[in-house]
Amino acid sequence: MTDLTHLQRLEAESIHIMREVMAEAEKPVMLYSVGKDSAVMLHLAKKAFYPSPPPFPLLHVDTTWKFQAMYELREKAAKDAGMDLLVYQNPEAVEKGINPFDHGSLHTDMWKTEGLKQALDKYGFDAAFGGARRDEEKSRAKERVFSFRSANHSWDPKNQRPELWKLYNARKSKGESIRVFPLSNWTELDIWQYILLENIEIVPLYYSQPRPTVERDGLILMVDDDRFKLEDGEVPELRSIRFRTLGCYPLTGAVESEAATLPEIIQEMLLATTSERQGRAIDHDSAASMEKKKREGYF
Amino acid sequence: MSTDNETIYETDALIAEDIDAYLEAHQYKSMLRFITCGSVDDGKSTLIGRLLYDSKMIFEDQLASLEHDSKAMGTQGQEIDFALLVDGLAAEREQGITIDVAYRFFATEKRKFIVADTPGHEQYTRNMVTGASTADLAVILIDARQGVLTQTRRHSYLVHLLGIRNVILAVNKMDLVGYEQDRFDEIVADYTEFATSIGMTDFQAIPISGLKGDNIVALADTTPWYQGTSLMQALEDAPINDARMAGAQFRMPVQWVNRPNLDFRGFSGQVASGQIHPGDPVRILPSGKTTTVKSIVTMDGELDVAVAGQSVTLTMTDEVDCSRGDVITLSDEPVEVADQFEATIVWMADEEMLPGRPYQMKIGTNRVTATITEPKYEVNVNTMEQLPARTLALNTIGVCNIATDRPVPFDAYDDNPDLGGFILIDRITNQTVGAGMIHFALRRSHNIHWQAVDIDREAHAAQKNQTPKLLWFTGLSGSGKSTIANHVEQKLHAAGKHTFLLDGDNVRHGLNKDLGFTDVDRVENIRRVGEVAKLMTDAGLIVLTAFISPFIAERRMVRDMMPEGDFIEVFVDTPLDVAEQRDVKGLYKKARAGELKNFTGIDSPYEAPENAEIIVNTVELSAEDAADVIVKRLLEGA
Repeated sequence: MTDLTHLQRLEAESIHIMREVMAEAEKPVMLYSVGKDSAVMLHLAKKAFYPSPPPFPLLHVDTTWKFQAMYELREKAAKDAGMDLLVYQNPEAVEKGINPFDHGSLHTDMWKTEGLKQALDKYGFDAAFGGARRDEEKSRAKERVFSFRSANHSWDPKNQRPELWKLYNARKSKGESIRVFPLSNWTELDIWQYILLENIEIVPLYYSQPRPTVERDGLILMVDDDRFKLEDGEVPELRSIRFRTLGCYPLTGAVESEAATLPEIIQEMLLATTSERQGRAIDHDSAASMEKKKREGYF
Repeated sequence: MSTDNETIYETDALIAEDIDAYLEAHQYKSMLRFITCGSVDDGKSTLIGRLLYDSKMIFEDQLASLEHDSKAMGTQGQEIDFALLVDGLAAEREQGITIDVAYRFFATEKRKFIVADTPGHEQYTRNMVTGASTADLAVILIDARQGVLTQTRRHSYLVHLLGIRNVILAVNKMDLVGYEQDRFDEIVADYTEFATSIGMTDFQAIPISGLKGDNIVALADTTPWYQGTSLMQALEDAPINDARMAGAQFRMPVQWVNRPNLDFRGFSGQVASGQIHPGDPVRILPSGKTTTVKSIVTMDGELDVAVAGQSVTLTMTDEVDCSRGDVITLSDEPVEVADQFEATIVWMADEEMLPGRPYQMKIGTNRVTATITEPKYEVNVNTMEQLPARTLALNTIGVCNIATDRPVPFDAYDDNPDLGGFILIDRITNQTVGAGMIHFALRRSHNIHWQAVDIDREAHAAQKNQTPKLLWFTGLSGSGKSTIANHVEQKLHAAGKHTFLLDGDNVRHGLNKDLGFTDVDRVENIRRVGEVAKLMTDAGLIVLTAFISPFIAERRMVRDMMPEGDFIEVFVDTPLDVAEQRDVKGLYKKARAGELKNFTGIDSPYEAPENAEIIVNTVELSAEDAADVIVKRLLEGA
């Protein structure tokens, strides 16, 4: 008898977690951000409930500032999975025209943090799957698979439940909701290997190709549409780039790369010298920034 | 050190030259989960940091900040302090974040590793048990200068308790004892003696220096006398639990019934042990019904075999009853089913364990109500002594008898952790308050059966021409419970009803005279009264009880014993200051003077009902009027 491979074990564990949520929560939803982790999570959901379609909807908390290619894949992925896609945009942010160029961290707060809370309240979801991994950042290393939020969505780090064996305690008090992270034990390399092995469709932006870019504050930004406010003297320049992580296009730094296939991406990743989240402007503030954001309700 | 770096460069070369070959090799890695045990002084963080560094899990930006921090802290002179990679504890303490289990990841050519790191001394038992519950292996760290300490024994006991069969004894800081073989041998001999005493039959001892990297990835020149393997190689070679469980009897707890349409009905779950093939005859527990596996369904196609660790969906040849919480086994190798067990329980909540209080128990995919019927003893985790116990406090471990409200399919924890490990959940706060490991079912569980009688509850009640009810009066001492209950009984009696009043003080003269006023005894007091009241309602009576009954959980326990609608909670609502002013029995005065301990309202809590059927306010109503309100409600409702 040969051992299961690490990817088989990770897959089986994620499926187990998803089924537990389905059996114990009243109204689950899967948060879908269109990134590579979301793609893997969605793929696992299809496996967990096959031949049924995943028995919950996908929810995209939209900021209106994602890459065009992400919006295209979003529709297709939901349709392929046979799942309902809910898109939520914070009406206040829409009204005020909140954008990453003028509003700094308010952009993330209003679209993502507030938007997520509003969306969960609006639909009354009591459990939300998210694609976060423990290897992403120091503060996430101790995050639970089932993470409880109070009625106003705040996270109480002093009051997290111990998780033993495969026994997840999904009982919650009135008004509480759960964030569930089925990819907790996956690493970035696991995610890429699994995408390769399972032939999972991901946003083409992960593959290198010549794209219009500008360089700003040390980040290479892609000029994805005409809302990009060019500064004086800035001229978009074609660079061969790709993205290691995807978010709002004006906040997501690209890397210069020739990696146009999955093996090349993995090769580049393995030989890379900087960690994944460096491309995200949001984390640069301070080491404790993620902890703080989490307490306020950022996923 | 040079050897370590060569390994990394060789890997880099393969990645650079032939990524496809590299990926091919790396897709078939196995995965090992382990826990590191030791406190800060043993160099645990340094060791984990070293493993991450040597397996190239540290990126340049992280390394840059690490080098910067190392120099700033100055703990290792100009050298890198690997502990800083994983510590972050100071920051956590400042932010008031629970310091518990953190999971870290690294990989080598052969394996992916998940390390459960349980830092610090606080909450150590709870955290270590949590981390150990999913581990295939434990690395127990010893400071070579200190040798086997109390904490080494504690860690080893917990590791053994959780059933971890692969133990590595890492004798660390060998550089500080001059890499002396005598010192190493001495420690190993000490440890062997202790390990034998707790029943640990096997372990592997490795002399290391986490700081210098000796015997971590490759064998070091500094310990030529050591003939074993490096730590990394030991981690790569250790057997994995799933592989062991694949050889055990087949068990699959059913998680979810998959029913997309009328033509398909599948039972989804993760195989806990053994293996299963299409055509295998199976038995479903607890019903005991048998059928045959028709197919093993996955999105990647139907399988010829499913083994321990895999998540699958089984279809059967018959339309057999099977739902979440059931366990599927081979038909001639069924699990036991019982409702009373002996188990080891690790208590994880600030509030102590209360025997008699119903907790929710999750075992496999099953959820039942469980009560601790009898704590037998507590284990001192430092000395392994057995101490008498009536309860368990936070971070203590004890052996208890436990009863469930319905029969549960299970295996002994030692045979099958997935079928014998359970958690206990507080039904009010919903927190996980305990973890347990089943030893065996109690024999009485098999031998006591419910005897059916012909003159039943309905027959008794019909003869008395009334509906049996339980009027449960709750409120502070001096609130007027007994007085009002007494009036109510008089009025019901006058109306021709058959009644009985159970009074708190009176019961303590007889049935409950062995009980005191600790939380543990209060719970047992109410449990017994609840059982007696239930028997009396079975006899057709309208029963009235007057007990402070301060805890929501126990009132709910009695409510759950009774048929729906027969439990009527009467909250005699009297503010503390009013009750204390009345002080009919002079008890508040004594309690305030410190002569009476655990007095409700003074130094023991009263949890007011949230959804009482009847509330009477004794500040506004006289006892007589309150009784009228209650009788009216009862007779109208009936």
